[in-house]
Amino acid sequence: MPPTAPERPAIEFVDVSYVAPGGQAVLSRLNLSVRGGETLVLLGRSGSGKTTTLKLVNRLLLPSAGEVRVNGVPNSQGDVIRLRRSIGYVIQDVGLFPHFTVERNIGLVPTIEGWPQERIRSRISELLQMVGLDAALASRYPHQLSGGQRQRVGVARALAADPGILLMDEPFGALDPLTRAELQQEFLALQQRLRKTVVFVTHDLREALRLGSRIALMEAGRLVKLLTPQDFLRSGDPMVSAYVNAFGGCGDEGPERAGNRGAE
Amino acid sequence: MNFFHFIGQNHAQVLELTLEHLWLVGWSTFFAIVIGLPLGIAIARHPASSKPVLTVANIIQTIPSLALFGFLLPVPWLGDRADRLAILALTLYALLPVIRNTYTGIRGVDPAVVEAGRGMGLTDSQLLFQVQLPLALSVILSGVRVAIVISVGLATIAAAIGAGGLGEFIFRGLAMVNNQLILAGAIPAALLALVADFSVGWLERRLQPR
Repeated sequence: MPPTAPERPAIEFVDVSYVAPGGQAVLSRLNLSVRGGETLVLLGRSGSGKTTTLKLVNRLLLPSAGEVRVNGVPNSQGDVIRLRRSIGYVIQDVGLFPHFTVERNIGLVPTIEGWPQERIRSRISELLQMVGLDAALASRYPHQLSGGQRQRVGVARALAADPGILLMDEPFGALDPLTRAELQQEFLALQQRLRKTVVFVTHDLREALRLGSRIALMEAGRLVKLLTPQDFLRSGDPMVSAYVNAFGGCGDEGPERAGNRGAE
Repeated sequence: MNFFHFIGQNHAQVLELTLEHLWLVGWSTFFAIVIGLPLGIAIARHPASSKPVLTVANIIQTIPSLALFGFLLPVPWLGDRADRLAILALTLYALLPVIRNTYTGIRGVDPAVVEAGRGMGLTDSQLLFQVQLPLALSVILSGVRVAIVISVGLATIAAAIGAGGLGEFIFRGLAMVNNQLILAGAIPAALLALVADFSVGWLERRLQPR
């Protein structure tokens, strides 16, 4: 699945450290490259620095040291608004605007980017279809949707302006196991088609094995190992096998089995 | 002579004083919003500054109104016209609820919504006008409602410095030990407060985010 040609990485962390305003070191000297078109999963327990790593990409946080490059360019250069609009962002709490209908939520970035009305409208219906939502839901408000529907809208909204990069922070974490498995399945199908560069945060090993082209295991602000799902299960590294064991071995892992209760 | 009889006979004056009263309340509420809303937005963005600003607004509110009117009397230009002075004093009192509710309203917006907006690349002002203010609107309006009700009540005291309004009846009635007169000021003032309370409350419910 990973692209064969050693092209320029889509996202690059070079010696990145992040110290929280309270003085706590959250991330220390992270070096990591995300290839274009791959789904890189950041796996680790709570507080291991996964979300921080994600937020450094779209500059919701600024590194204390080191550099984050997006498409080869340090992301500290240039306009932060432009940067963020070129990167889709999906979070666990979805964060849909409660006072906007589904279509306004999805169409917000295209609207402020000044797309013509016609193009926005066709983009919205295209996206609704893409994430498997009925067009009739377009005029609903977020509180009228189920959790799974809301997260689909969240994904559609992130894809609205067709960003090359997608950041997903435990997007399916708050969903029931069945809905989660469904959305994971659709994510795989969608990613097959769209080939976005995805950075996906989760603490669920099954989800990581199922969705990731590579898995970056993080612990206490450090990158422990960067492995493909196959190698992850075979790895002799004590921290990796600790994680695997915590999930009951996961030896019977496979797309069919994922979605069983994971961590938590 | 009963109360209604009195109102009937003096309806022109009741109307005039009610309009004066509305004039004082209207301008002071307007100024309180024009000053309080941006101030509330500013301290919501820089929470470190919220404490001093809210403290000052709080202290102003604890000054007895009669004393505040007295303090402001010698101020040049302002002291020349009683209504200006009354409007200033009423504005100061109305500031706290407007500032405080703007602040709490904006801070109360779901952090996930704000983070999603920021992550999507909304500018600060897009975030403010498209997301934070609309979602905080009903909380802000309830602050405005409190401000209006406070102003309607306090404006009766403005008559003590000759600013007019329904307080004229009340003070005159007190001096003449005439309950009809006191009621002729107090009841329309209470009705004004109720009507304002009800109508802004209605607006607030209509604009409630889902």
